Amino acid sequence: MEQVLRVEQLNLHFRTTRGPVQAVDRVSFDLPRGFTLAVIGESGCGKTSMARGVLRLLPRNVQTYTGSVFLNGTDVMRLDEDRFRREIRWVRMALVPQAAMNSLNPVLRVGDQVAEPLILHRRVSDKKQALERVREAFRLVGVPEDFTHRYAFELSGGMRQRVAIAMALVTRPELVVLDEPTSALDVLTQANLMNVLKRLKRDSEISFMLITHDIATSSELADRVAVMYAGQIVEIADARHFYPDPMHPYSKKLMASVPTLRQDKKLEFIPGQPPSLIQPPTGCRFKDRCASRNERCAEEPPLLETRDRKVRCWLYA
Amino acid sequence: MPEASNGNALLSVQNLQTWFEMRRWGFIRVGFVQAVDGVSFELKHGEAIAVVGESGCGKTTLARTILGLYPPTSGRITFEGREVKGSALRQYRANVGYVQQDPYGALPPFLPVQRILEEPLIIQGVRDPAERNHRVRKALEAVKMTPVDNFLSKFPHMLSGGQQQRVVLARAKILEPKLIVADEPVSMLDASVRVEILELLRELQRKSNLGVIYITHDLSTVRFFTERIMVMYGGKVVEEAPVKELLANPLHPYTRALLAAIPDPDPHNAEVQKEVPPGEPPSLLNPPPGCRFHPRCASLIAGRCDAKEPPIAEPAAPGHRTACWLYADGDA
Ligand SMILES: Nc1ncnc2c1ncn2[C@@H]1O[C@H](COP(=O)(O)OP(=O)(O)OP(=O)(O)O)[C@@H](O)[C@H]1O
Ligand SMILES: Nc1ncnc2c1ncn2[C@@H]1O[C@H](COP(=O)(O)OP(=O)(O)OP(=O)(O)O)[C@@H](O)[C@H]1O
Ligand SMILES: [Mg+2]
Ligand SMILES: [Mg+2]
Repeated sequence: MEQVLRVEQLNLHFRTTRGPVQAVDRVSFDLPRGFTLAVIGESGCGKTSMARGVLRLLPRNVQTYTGSVFLNGTDVMRLDEDRFRREIRWVRMALVPQAAMNSLNPVLRVGDQVAEPLILHRRVSDKKQALERVREAFRLVGVPEDFTHRYAFELSGGMRQRVAIAMALVTRPELVVLDEPTSALDVLTQANLMNVLKRLKRDSEISFMLITHDIATSSELADRVAVMYAGQIVEIADARHFYPDPMHPYSKKLMASVPTLRQDKKLEFIPGQPPSLIQPPTGCRFKDRCASRNERCAEEPPLLETRDRKVRCWLYA
Repeated sequence: MPEASNGNALLSVQNLQTWFEMRRWGFIRVGFVQAVDGVSFELKHGEAIAVVGESGCGKTTLARTILGLYPPTSGRITFEGREVKGSALRQYRANVGYVQQDPYGALPPFLPVQRILEEPLIIQGVRDPAERNHRVRKALEAVKMTPVDNFLSKFPHMLSGGQQQRVVLARAKILEPKLIVADEPVSMLDASVRVEILELLRELQRKSNLGVIYITHDLSTVRFFTERIMVMYGGKVVEEAPVKELLANPLHPYTRALLAAIPDPDPHNAEVQKEVPPGEPPSLLNPPPGCRFHPRCASLIAGRCDAKEPPIAEPAAPGHRTACWLYADGDA
């Protein structure tokens, strides 16, 4: 299978007064063309940081930024910042940031705002061509074309979020990272937006990375699921294997805490708190909260290959 | 929905309306936002009821009116048989706790937990510091923030989202109210923490025989938490039923749409498009005539749904009521 994205041993640590925050720790995964990878995990586990690492959108206080990010076989981490900005970010990989719908510029018409990446990257020769591309992007996400003249405040939350997605699509990128695209929306708007994304996925070759803590919603789009815990990927599996049968003890607990409408179950929660990323526990990072821990867990488990997936847990050694 | 008033209800709400006047340039009246428009229900001692509906349908306005924070435009609120108004309001407020929407904005950032929890006691005139201290400790124990001494001097930003939410609960409970109104108490939290907080609220409810009004747009948590459910749309209650009954047999087209939209974690979801009603929730400044859902409804009966407000019917099971023309006679 052709891999659009291959991430190898990505590390992203932030400097703070109390020591480095290991927000992304040796993360590796592949993403084939046209596939969607859902990245799930609790708040603060490093999902957004991982996306920032892939798109090289780094804050000032970076302490460590290492590893490889291959886009169609080219290690884009090795490109200098200028080339990365001109050729990669927003051009071939785009991001719909967390809370994007609330960060649209209030004084620009949304059409002009969506056209910005095109003009900035000189993807079009004139304004007319740019607006044509904007209308194309609007069609893709189901925003009426005459909305190009409106301002963000004149749109509902669902429409604003679609505009934010259109802005990521307008340069026709190969990879789009969606960071919590529906968490702020209510169920009907959420279902509507998921329909839009499903159609987009079916009709295009775009690969998506869907970042969310909403596990039920992640199943609407995912072909493959990566579970993050304390900066690390602890399980990565095909969606059809993962949802019916999560294997890592953390994934199991996470799934058991998801309320379901259609099946009866006793809801569980995970006792204790996620560990600090400043001095993460040695060995397995989940062990203090894990019911199946044993002596071996003092040593850090690698991502182990099991029958149909990879799991970072000694139970499967 | 109207219901024969029953003497031993904890709370009884009859035909409640809360409208906000809209003015342009401060003096030209444009009209009224009909945020809550004719809501009636009853809550027994120790009972939990959920209010669900889309963003903007009037849930928070209903909550704040019940709490006495907004004056109702019309209608009555009765608490333990006494109408809540005028001089009865102060004593009533001591009997209801409020968990407000948005946990992150709910706690004052510059006060330590101890002070946050003492505040309502001071306001209610508990003068003795030892007594206050005792009650603060008890409240923290009740929400399982132990050992209490580890938390008393912490500021909100030093607490996790779940711990902050527990402090909010402790504060709502500290005056030992008979009723708690919890507005989206868990919507900002992770699934696991969400379950933890809801179970805590459930336990507090059972132990202290608390009445709880649980407001949420997330139907999937409701069945784990309450006995009864009210579905609101555009300022009105469109359906009310015991939770199990409503989930098994939703009557109102809006309720059906709401249920159909909620995914369970299942890989087959990715293969199908969801059926979602077209359009957007109605403007409450100029709500549509007739049934407020009619412009989005697939079962629209022209000439009826768009003309006259639907009466309340109880077509399926006792206690399962809905306001929809599908279940009523044309001349009702
Ligand atoms: N610039 C930064 N400096 C220091 N620490 C940071 C910085 N950005 C993020 N962090 C920390 O890194 C960790 C991971 O944060 P991140 O935003 O990636 O989590 P997340 O999984 O996206 O969470 P959420 O679901 O809440 O969005 C957190 O502990 C966060 O506080
Ligand atoms: N103080 C106010 N003045 C004028 N209009 C208001 C006021 N408070 C709320 N509204 C309007 O009343 C309607 C109902 O708002 P409300 O906050 O009760 O909805 P909600 O169901 O709680 O929504 P959400 O799920 O987003 O919290 C909305 O149209 C809102 O804009
Ligand atoms: Mg994030
Ligand atoms: Mg609200």
